[in-house]
Amino acid sequence: MVKFDIFKHELVPKARILSKEEVENLKKTYGIRKEQLPWIRKNDPMCKALGAKPGDVIMIIRKSEIAGEAIAYRYVVPW
Amino acid sequence: MADEKIINKLLENYEGLMPKSLIEELRSKLSKIDVDEEKLRKIIEKVYKEYVDALVEPGEAVGTVAAQSIGEPGTQMTLRTFHYAGVREFNVTLGLPRLIEIVDAKKTPSTPTMIIRLDEEHKYSLEKAKEVASRIERITIENIAKSIEYDMINSSFIIEIDEEVAKDKGITKEHIIKVLEKLKIGNISVEGNKIIISCNVISPEKMKKLREKILNLKLKGVKGIKRVLIQKEGNEYVIYTDGSNLAGVLRVKGIDPYRVYTNNIFEIAEVLGIEAARAAIIREAYKVLEQQGLDVDLRHIMLVADLMTATGRIRQIGRHGISGEKSSILARAAFEVTVKHLLEAAVRGEEDPLEGVAENVIVGQTIPLGTGMVELYMRFPQRGK
Repeated sequence: MVKFDIFKHELVPKARILSKEEVENLKKTYGIRKEQLPWIRKNDPMCKALGAKPGDVIMIIRKSEIAGEAIAYRYVVPW
Repeated sequence: MADEKIINKLLENYEGLMPKSLIEELRSKLSKIDVDEEKLRKIIEKVYKEYVDALVEPGEAVGTVAAQSIGEPGTQMTLRTFHYAGVREFNVTLGLPRLIEIVDAKKTPSTPTMIIRLDEEHKYSLEKAKEVASRIERITIENIAKSIEYDMINSSFIIEIDEEVAKDKGITKEHIIKVLEKLKIGNISVEGNKIIISCNVISPEKMKKLREKILNLKLKGVKGIKRVLIQKEGNEYVIYTDGSNLAGVLRVKGIDPYRVYTNNIFEIAEVLGIEAARAAIIREAYKVLEQQGLDVDLRHIMLVADLMTATGRIRQIGRHGISGEKSSILARAAFEVTVKHLLEAAVRGEEDPLEGVAENVIVGQTIPLGTGMVELYMRFPQRGK
């Protein structure tokens, strides 16, 4: 059987890891620290699939009924 | 008709400023009317202004509004659990009990169910759908046995197989014998539709235990799936199940792994991640409210789901979750188990910075909401300058 790709599941939104500069930009635009973003655990299936490490910020592109597309961020935490 | 190129050019500037759905709506509506570029620009500007005006302002008590917007219709929900009338043979918790289950983040719902859609090969024919369903449904000896007896004289178990049921479920006698042999309790012989297991003389208590063991022997299927039901939806066959096991079902051949759905939110969080769990909370909660005919805005439910998943795992709304983990002592004390919180805070000598709403109400200060959010700091003239 082909390996199960969680990103193809209808409940899972598209996501990617943000680069360092993008994280800096994000922090500046919202005037926040990384830890103030919602969290995601490092052993979350999504983090595993992306290969995200604690300290990374993940950008999530959610499909939204209201806005069409909504962007959210999550900070990878080590627990 | 307005020129599409001009519309696209004008809308490009608003990419990222307005939500995608709004831009798409503008694009489709504008292309149908006949106006010049100047007017188009004005229309889009006006729409943008209206959009910005409709945004939530800083300091708006969105949480309180969400709580009220879900709570008020909640009082109108019937306390009695109604069961599905649409799907035969299945009971699914709905209404207020289900809503409570969702916000309390119960590990397993009281009626776990799955909706399993099939892949291209299997979804159009009933025969093939049945084939997949039989791979999913958990079948034990109990399901296919007419009776099971213990023969005291020969000290042997006699299992009478209901051949019709066995055939329907696609189980052969050889298969049963093979599974029974793995138990290693004695010689197995077949007599018509009876399977006889002769074993050593045992005490009645042991016999009872062994009987249970034989009855619960797995012949095939996925753990936790008690029953399956095939339904036709549109032109494809869909499998509904009683019982849920997402990780197990994903391994079954013939299903479409990307459209499997369960109402067990914790299973979704485990297998598909916290983001999928967030989506599932929204979907489940909205389904309940919608089914009861209550018109609650999706954004209130989204806020609840966001809060429940903010720490990367699912937290309930309540004493053991969000309300119990507030940083302010007074806010926690105002919610539930007042004395415990106050006592613990006193023992540890904790401080409350009075940043939230509840604690400022308690001490009688302006609450940090709306215009009350703004604080003034004075800069004292520095000495020596």
